[in-house]
Amino acid sequence: MPMKEIRNLTALQLAAKIKQKEISVTEAAKAALEQIRETEPALGSFVTVDEAGALKQAETVQKKISSGELASPLAGVPTAIKDNLCTEGLRTTCGSKILGNFVPTYTAEAVRNLQEAGAVILGKTNMDEFAMGSTTETSAFGATKNPWNLSHVPGGSSGGSCAAVAAQECFYALGSDTGGSIRQPSAFCGVTGLKPTYGTVSRYGLVAYGSSLDQIGPVAKDVADCAAILETIASYDKKDSTSLNRADTDFTKALTAGVTGMKIGIPKDYLGEGLDGDVKAAVLAAAKKLEELGAIVEEFDLSLVEYAIPAYYVVACAEASSNLARFDGVKYGYRAGGCEGLHQMYKKSRSEGFGPEVKRRIMLGSFVLSSGYYDAYYLKALRTKALIKKAFDQAFAAYDVILGPAAPTTAPELGKSLSDPLKMYLGDIYTVAVNLAGLPAMTLPCGLDKKGLPIGLQLIGDCFQEKKILQAAYAYEQAREWGLSPVAEHGAEGIHQGKGLLGRAGFSKQIEEQEKKEMESLQKEREVNA
Amino acid sequence: MSKEYETVIGLEVHVELATKTKIFCGCPTAFGGAPNTHTCPVCTGMPGSLPVLNKQVVEYAMAVGLATNCTITQYCKFDRKNYFYPDNPQNYQISQLYLPICRDGGVEIETPAGKKTIGIHEIHMEEDAGKLIHDEWGDCSLVDYNRSGVPLIEIVSEPDMRSVEEVISYLEKLRMIIQYLGASDCKLNEGSMRADVNLSVREAGAVQFGTRTEMKNLNSFKAIARAIEHEKNRQVDLLMEGKKVVQETRRWDDAKEYSYAMRSKEDAQDYRYFPEPDLVPLVISDAWIAEVKARQPELRTEKMARYKQEYGLPDYDTEIITGSKHLADLFEAAARLCGKPKKVSNWLMGETMRLLKEEEMEPEELKFSPEHLAKLVDLTEAGSINSTVAKEVFEKMFHEDIDPDAYVEEHGLKTVNDEGALRAAIAQVIEENPQSVADYRNGKEKAIGFLVGQTMKAMKGKANPGLVNQILKELL
Repeated sequence: MPMKEIRNLTALQLAAKIKQKEISVTEAAKAALEQIRETEPALGSFVTVDEAGALKQAETVQKKISSGELASPLAGVPTAIKDNLCTEGLRTTCGSKILGNFVPTYTAEAVRNLQEAGAVILGKTNMDEFAMGSTTETSAFGATKNPWNLSHVPGGSSGGSCAAVAAQECFYALGSDTGGSIRQPSAFCGVTGLKPTYGTVSRYGLVAYGSSLDQIGPVAKDVADCAAILETIASYDKKDSTSLNRADTDFTKALTAGVTGMKIGIPKDYLGEGLDGDVKAAVLAAAKKLEELGAIVEEFDLSLVEYAIPAYYVVACAEASSNLARFDGVKYGYRAGGCEGLHQMYKKSRSEGFGPEVKRRIMLGSFVLSSGYYDAYYLKALRTKALIKKAFDQAFAAYDVILGPAAPTTAPELGKSLSDPLKMYLGDIYTVAVNLAGLPAMTLPCGLDKKGLPIGLQLIGDCFQEKKILQAAYAYEQAREWGLSPVAEHGAEGIHQGKGLLGRAGFSKQIEEQEKKEMESLQKEREVNA
Repeated sequence: MSKEYETVIGLEVHVELATKTKIFCGCPTAFGGAPNTHTCPVCTGMPGSLPVLNKQVVEYAMAVGLATNCTITQYCKFDRKNYFYPDNPQNYQISQLYLPICRDGGVEIETPAGKKTIGIHEIHMEEDAGKLIHDEWGDCSLVDYNRSGVPLIEIVSEPDMRSVEEVISYLEKLRMIIQYLGASDCKLNEGSMRADVNLSVREAGAVQFGTRTEMKNLNSFKAIARAIEHEKNRQVDLLMEGKKVVQETRRWDDAKEYSYAMRSKEDAQDYRYFPEPDLVPLVISDAWIAEVKARQPELRTEKMARYKQEYGLPDYDTEIITGSKHLADLFEAAARLCGKPKKVSNWLMGETMRLLKEEEMEPEELKFSPEHLAKLVDLTEAGSINSTVAKEVFEKMFHEDIDPDAYVEEHGLKTVNDEGALRAAIAQVIEENPQSVADYRNGKEKAIGFLVGQTMKAMKGKANPGLVNQILKELL
């Protein structure tokens, strides 16, 4: 099968063809690597591409499939992993200079689950530094571009994973979602992403941002792939005390149940001020489509919507300020040179190692936890979090699924968001409440705006009700009238060939050297800005 | 016109728990080991690692709480204490601030004025830090994370103590309880028990407490006593001079018998405590508490009563032997093996105590095994060795834990009961010491002692002394 056609397959389709011996695992890996080679210089979805490692894995996995040892529905499918998930022996940077040289000694549980199911890991995807951002522009390794339009951001923080899937550089990817970091970039890149119920996927090996909110989830080409990936990565893990022992992780089985009689609620507040007209129209059209398919759709008042963003930023930053304390130059990662004494080493290593957005959030988090402010900010935010959960509980007493947009707009242009962080934070309005309440939610493409950029539909379920949202998403997807991604419709040439900011590691020495130079100049620029 | 001052003391006691593995990971807690070998991603603070609570830590903490009359907090949580220091790999310590596992307890101590209860404010669980090694490499410091994540409990007393004696007796009481529970060996010199002293003084009769200081780095009961004395005098002197006591943390230097200020309240760190999001709240059921209670081993008072009843030991013996859990365990095991409790007790009360004193050791540091002690009792009781030899063997055993059977065999120390050999030796002695023989025959009974001694010497100390006496008398 020609490479291009291989790349057009979904993960499940590819695995089936590998099983039927129509495509070898190595061919599949080569198809992805070829695309990476072609699109990466412009796109920058990856921080690290492990070409040699991927080909080696492909061989091993192929043997296991041939011998019948591996029969998972995803066996042999090449994937990409967000760079905040630890991979033994493979650099894990979190998009930060402070972990620029960090090679973990162990592999994250979710990644291990994938490996056991026969995944071939192509490399590590770019992200906002420590998952703090909504654009994948805060990465120390340069910004990732949106495959639909290279002058736009892919969203964030899992922008690398979403762009890579959209651009067919891999068949699916893992992301992490603390306040929308899977759902928003999935929406911006026209792919399907799912954030599971808190505790469904082990966080062991996920470099923590906001521990009580972080959850790993799939980024895929369609709903069925999402269900299969989630089924693979969900596991009870003794190493994660917040991990849940769920018996209902047979998500794929739920897909085809349909939406007849399903009650779907749209929060009125999700359609109000600030919502882009095109986005609103597309989301409402999707709701209409679900209604046509037999669902009962109505608008309702979800209370406390306006409190979600402040509560989220207080809780997430508080936890982050503590979680990121370990990056100090003592044990691993970046250590500033020429320091006199411990204090200066801490100060310089952290000042030079972290970017401005991370520093902003560490400062904010340290502030809300400091004595005299704890009750006024942190405790209040925790109470708000509990109230938001209550509001959702009430909503789910009436509805099976909550429907709304994933973000107020489609992908903004590069460089337009970071200058006004407050405005950027407000863009998380439809996603953060889900994390505060620990709920599952997914986004899938539901149209394009006038500029030709994808619009994402968000479906939110009650805790443990992934099946319901998958069911609704699948029903909608089957009825949806348009294609998966620009590349699916137009091939690799569908991606506007703009000027890539950075090449990614792994191809050639020149690119690596260029990257190094650019990183240095970027750092200088940062220092000047700071 | 000097005023009378009262000293008010509260203690924060850290106790290292005797679990096999660390509090939040499966690494061994064993002492020693090459640097950073008892480590994993969790206890070295690797990115992405997560803590998992060791159930045994909770049970030990509960056991100590129950034995000190605390209320168990049935919904308890861990919190993060944030501060930067390289021995702390995450730059936060997982501890308990808001909902510690035990609260509102107390232990009874004896004072010259009678019994007194020292209140326990709380007991909380936390993790130990690693160890910094300075200077050895000139211009750099090294970190060993083997100790990082070793479980600790911190027992915070109320400010109920008024003298050095009360402090020592409170600490001894705590140590005894914890040792008996098997929750820790509580060795002050090895740091498995550490006490920080909070001390203030006030005019006798005053209701308000004075400003307190916290004293750290106290590694023995003696150091604690010296530090308290010193700090009390320092504070009284300040007040007499019309100065104020500054609230601060001070570090005791026992060699110089002096303390110096480490940090004052003004530059106290803001630890930014908040609930540890990586651990779920700990819910302790009534059934669990009952289970821990039921498993509580025999404590000292019960043990003393049993020794009297079961072994017929005198009060004095039971007091000494139960004064250390290790000694009591040694006693019981040896007594069980040889079936002669009083003889075992005699060895512990006599030679053991003598040598401990001589070597300035604590009973916890005893090296010899109950098996060997039992063998020694058996050897002596069977008359296989005489008491002089027995003492020699015991001393060897005390220092090197040798096997008495093997040692006696190897060194040919068995008592000579061979009458023929003894008769020959005695005949020789009589022949060589005519003066003593004459003295004895002239009624100087004591002279026989010299002759026994000469015989023993000739037999290299191994002769059965009873038999020697008997034969001597006969031949004379």
